[in-house]
Amino acid sequence: MALLEVDDLSVTFARRGQRTVHAVDGVSFSVDAGEVVGLVGESGCGKSVTSLAIMGLLPKQPGLRVGGKAVFDGTDLLQLDDRSRRDIRGRDVAMIFQDPLSSLNPVIPIGLQVTEVLTRHRGMKGEAARKEAAALLDRVGIPDPRRRLKEYPHQLSGGMRQRALIAMAVACRPRLLIADEPTTALDVTIQAQILELLKELVRDSGTALVMITHDLGVVAGMCDTINVLYAGRVVETARRRPLFRQPRHPYTVGLLGSVPRLDAGRGERLNPIPGSVRDVLTWPDGCAFAPRCTRRVDECVGEPPELVLTHDGRSYRCVNPAPVPGTPPPQATTTASTGAADDAAASTGAADGATAGPVPAPREEEKP
Amino acid sequence: MFRFIVRRLLQLIPTLFGLSLLLFIWLRRLPGGPETAILGERGTPEMRAAIRRNLGLDEPILIQYGRFVRRLIKLDLGTSTSTKRPVVTEFFERFPGTVELTVMAMIIAIGIGIPLGYLAARRRGRLFDHLSVGGSLIGICIPVFFLAYVLKAIFSENLGWFPSSGRQDPTLGATRITNFFVLDGLLTREWDAAADALWHLVLPGLALASIPLAIIVRITRASVLEVLNEDFVRTAEAKGLTESTVRRRHVLRNAMLPVVTSIGLLTGGLLSGAVLTETVFAFSGIGAFVAEAISQRDYPVLMGFILIIAVVYVLVNLLVDLSYSVIDPRVRVR
Repeated sequence: MALLEVDDLSVTFARRGQRTVHAVDGVSFSVDAGEVVGLVGESGCGKSVTSLAIMGLLPKQPGLRVGGKAVFDGTDLLQLDDRSRRDIRGRDVAMIFQDPLSSLNPVIPIGLQVTEVLTRHRGMKGEAARKEAAALLDRVGIPDPRRRLKEYPHQLSGGMRQRALIAMAVACRPRLLIADEPTTALDVTIQAQILELLKELVRDSGTALVMITHDLGVVAGMCDTINVLYAGRVVETARRRPLFRQPRHPYTVGLLGSVPRLDAGRGERLNPIPGSVRDVLTWPDGCAFAPRCTRRVDECVGEPPELVLTHDGRSYRCVNPAPVPGTPPPQATTTASTGAADDAAASTGAADGATAGPVPAPREEEKP
Repeated sequence: MFRFIVRRLLQLIPTLFGLSLLLFIWLRRLPGGPETAILGERGTPEMRAAIRRNLGLDEPILIQYGRFVRRLIKLDLGTSTSTKRPVVTEFFERFPGTVELTVMAMIIAIGIGIPLGYLAARRRGRLFDHLSVGGSLIGICIPVFFLAYVLKAIFSENLGWFPSSGRQDPTLGATRITNFFVLDGLLTREWDAAADALWHLVLPGLALASIPLAIIVRITRASVLEVLNEDFVRTAEAKGLTESTVRRRHVLRNAMLPVVTSIGLLTGGLLSGAVLTETVFAFSGIGAFVAEAISQRDYPVLMGFILIIAVVYVLVNLLVDLSYSVIDPRVRVR
């Protein structure tokens, strides 16, 4: 039984006179205790909205609808009333945000921002709470914690602020931590430190971590399992090594191919994915990635591609996935429209890919 | 903090010095000079010369200015030309009434305005929001004297809930110490006198509060809406804090910054703008007295009034800056 089981989560924003926006459109993934799971994708693919929906933190507005399930340890977080949700937030499930400066209250000392969690969930007050807060700051690597408790966010450096936010998040030893692009707003050197700190905390406490990022470098260094999101759906799920070695979904292939590499030749150009996230098909009309896809075939359009499960526990949502190197392309006789029951290899359909361009081969495969 | 207050009070000195210079020039530039102001158009040249000598106007200008400043420092603002009493005495009797009225109006405006603005923001786009925003628009549009008459007609003349005029029932024979009637009642433990003075403040206070109330509702609403979208409010929610903690500690405190600024500006404006309200309610504050002084060309009174208002503005702004530094550590003074 997974610690967190997100099943068919959907978030739609309806506005009068405008088309309903499906920000998250049937996302499913699971997180085991102590596991580090990555949610990866470009800006606008729905990864942040997914995390906010799980936390119940989406801004309340008319027209917002959240569907599906997010079962944490047996309770569906989406069905909870406001009070029980507040009881779980910060205690069992905690979150770290992107921009540490704007995520901290500018007019309250750091100390109170840490102790208020302790008071709320662990009933600690006064000196006991202050002592624990100092210990927490110390644990996340903030020197001279006693003095820092009295300081305000603007008196701390960017890295310190993110450390303080992490201290607040881990204050009640949550079983699940969601980190939404925790290093995006930081310098590269600080990024590495913060990732190292997160890794350490996860290892020491057995906390499960959901890492939301667009940065494949972060994913490569941390995650056990990776979910690649595109236009509000998970398009590929795999363990870290198989995903980097043999990405199957053309979008994953494109993401990996667009990472700049130092060992690439001088003349080599970057391989960005053509088009932009805005060029999407809506999922009911076919694969949302099809307009940008280099492996597009006729079957991509018409109905959404089914999720294909492979024998090694991976899954992807594509009718014409990138071939696994070393295996001969099978005779394509079936199309993906027959569904997920098909063997994955059978639906590669490389032979009839009249419109499919060459695959931008991920460089990992160039030197096996 | 203490050094900041002292420094700001010292800054009062150059401000007042500049103001005295302006006042001095203004007095010299009166049409026909001070002697005409005193004598009117009909004085003979001999009378004019006598007055100029009496006032020392024939001496060098710097000496005149020096004497003028010395009198100001001794709080000698001269004698009112219409009541023939020292200006300082007149002000001591009347200014406390206006201060009480202003404080009452601001308590009403802040006490109702901030909660109303907050609730309107939380219920954005719903009926309550539309009602309070629309209502505040009406509050800004209605002339104060009209509202004063309406309030008086309904709550005093028809319902008889509140007194229609004056600052206190004279038959109580209340003791005077500071001329702040409410404060005097509390100091002398004459509770009924204090309550009666307070009761007299309600209707004029309400009338005077209408415009600042409307402005505070709007500023609070806009400010709360902005803060509700801040990342740190989301962080507070993510910590699982109770709604009231999020509201008090994270939303309201940050939303108060622009409200405090506007409260400072509004308070100064009320002090000098209480004339109409005081007139309608026959409230013996400074407003009605100064209105009379304007029509009588009672220059010593007007000069004293300008000075007092200037000092009050500076002090209120000092208070605003102080509360700012209490609320927001980023502007905290060293």
